[in-house]
Amino acid sequence: MSKPVLEIRNLNVEYGLGDQAVRAVRDVNLTLHRGEVLGLAGESGSGKSTLAYGMTRLLPPPGVITGGQVLYHPEQGEAYDVLGLSDRDLRAFRWAETAIVFQGAMNSLNPVHKISTQLTDVLRAHRPEMSEAACNDRAREMLKLVGIAADRMDAYPHQLSGGMRQRVMIGMALILQPQVVIMDEPTTALDVVMQRQILSQLIELRERLGFSVVFITHDLSLLVEFSNRIAIMYGGRIVEEAPAAAIYRDSLHPYSKGLLGSFPALRGPRRELTGIPGSPPDLKGMPSGCSFHPRCPKAFDPCSGNIPVLGRPDTPDGPTRSVACWLHPTEQPVG
Amino acid sequence: MTSIPDAKAPAGEVVLEAIGLTKHFPVRRKLRDLFSNRKDVVHAVDDVNLTLHRGKVVALVGESGSGKSTIARLLAQLYPRTGGDIRLHDESTRVRGGAAFRRYCSRVQMIFQDPFASLNPTHTIRYHLTRALKIHGNAGRTAADLDVALTELLERVQLTPPERYLDKFPHELSGGQRQRVAIARALGARPEALLADEPVSMLDVSIRLGVLNLLRDLRDRLNLAILYITHDIASARYFADQTMVMYAGRMVEGGDSETVTQSPAHPYTKLLIHSAPDPDRLTGISEAEGEDAGNGEPPSLIHPPTGCRFHPRCPVAMERCRTDLPVPLEIGDAPGHWAACWLYDREEVSQ
Repeated sequence: MSKPVLEIRNLNVEYGLGDQAVRAVRDVNLTLHRGEVLGLAGESGSGKSTLAYGMTRLLPPPGVITGGQVLYHPEQGEAYDVLGLSDRDLRAFRWAETAIVFQGAMNSLNPVHKISTQLTDVLRAHRPEMSEAACNDRAREMLKLVGIAADRMDAYPHQLSGGMRQRVMIGMALILQPQVVIMDEPTTALDVVMQRQILSQLIELRERLGFSVVFITHDLSLLVEFSNRIAIMYGGRIVEEAPAAAIYRDSLHPYSKGLLGSFPALRGPRRELTGIPGSPPDLKGMPSGCSFHPRCPKAFDPCSGNIPVLGRPDTPDGPTRSVACWLHPTEQPVG
Repeated sequence: MTSIPDAKAPAGEVVLEAIGLTKHFPVRRKLRDLFSNRKDVVHAVDDVNLTLHRGKVVALVGESGSGKSTIARLLAQLYPRTGGDIRLHDESTRVRGGAAFRRYCSRVQMIFQDPFASLNPTHTIRYHLTRALKIHGNAGRTAADLDVALTELLERVQLTPPERYLDKFPHELSGGQRQRVAIARALGARPEALLADEPVSMLDVSIRLGVLNLLRDLRDRLNLAILYITHDIASARYFADQTMVMYAGRMVEGGDSETVTQSPAHPYTKLLIHSAPDPDRLTGISEAEGEDAGNGEPPSLIHPPTGCRFHPRCPVAMERCRTDLPVPLEIGDAPGHWAACWLYDREEVSQ
């Protein structure tokens, strides 16, 4: 496997302070390798967006990172902890090393500025030595890269369709050639046809430019197709992490199985599906032990008492995957 | 126990029918158009035929802006229609508020997309359901009757035990439970037809199927006619008996769900099915089939393309598609499967 580019170690994020605090991300360990697409799946409230904002230090208050490390490995030089960066270094780090495409990115463009101004703004902030003409050339190049005619440079966001705005956002994220691109539900507001076009383009760009992608969505069927590895979150923890094919063919955690069984298939035999009984947990009153046990069809004695550790299962493909479930007790915790 | 009087009506009976349904929304005129005679309209829905049968689910699939929600609102008589007819039990209906609207409502109910917005946050579940029962005269005479009716409603949507939910406020319930309350409220009117406008798209993935299975169960037990509006063609295949596909305000294909999803005929349906996420396609993204000749965007509905509205994006568009509006044509592979596409015209095929 290729070298890691971003390592998250024991990350904890809380909203609020003291006894009132809600633990949104709990002891998350995750490694992003160079050039891979890592899918992060989970339902709303599972902490997937909080994790993305936590590792880029974009958490809005009252979100607080209460522990852990986010190690970034630049192409050359030593790895460093993003959480320990000074404000100045952090400014330089953001966008140039890690870029993020937000949820509802179509609405994150400023409606009163032209596309060109917004694209070159990034360059002016990060590359003050670049000339005006060079900035414009670069911006035009980016638009072409994401499949928008360069003459749309002077358009305002409202003159573009939703799909085009989304492409502009992706182009903007890539303009400084970051190593890591985090995409938080980038296509949920788009139609399936547009979604497929944009994602295929993204995958193609990734092959050409070699960046890594963290792809966050609740649509597991989309992830299985587009990502290399998938991590599944539930109640603020990662419950299973494995290559995409392994998650799809034989997922070990009952929650992953349930989630996969929640998508009706377009092909193959028509089956009766049930989804998962119950409803997602409230972060304020998390169940004891494994947070999935009240909804789990296979829950047994230890589940309600002890929190399972994310570790390598004892299956043949054990070394490539990890799971946090008492059905697959583990000797080697990850991280 | 009160029972639904119409539940014994024969299955398959036509409940609600739309014939040539058309809705145009006026566009605000610009200053420079003030002296011209041009009157622009958005062609939201054009010439749509749709039939809801008792005990059957019809799915309406299309991307956003294709006019599927407008159809639901027209059928619920929330908008006046521009043209065409809505027939309830073969009787033409056009209601505008007042008692006539209420009578119509008690037979045709709607479920909205967002259960967070469609329930009043200041009232309890008991209040919501009691209102529905009282307005439509299903509350009985005494308080005991009302209690029985309330319990029955909640049990029907599988919120048990009912006492636990009756005095809760909407914010105390999860999304799935709220949508169940919204369904119970619609059932309080004892309708014959339910119009469900994206009933699960706001819900968490793991509980969507629970709500769909509930609706299916209601279809069978109460013999309801259900219109299921969705952008997810896979869920239409799972849940609906019949599937209709809409594009830019027009119906382009229809037939029983299995046929439409397994052997789509119209190029747009093919594109839609090709674009849906498919976990079995692990090998990567193939662009070979179902190619989109356009830029993946639906056309303007103010000046829709002439002829077939899909022709600017269609990979197999012919000369005729640019000028002639395609009529629904039988495909012939399964009874009732049709597509509005010149590819299936006999003369075209023979050439």
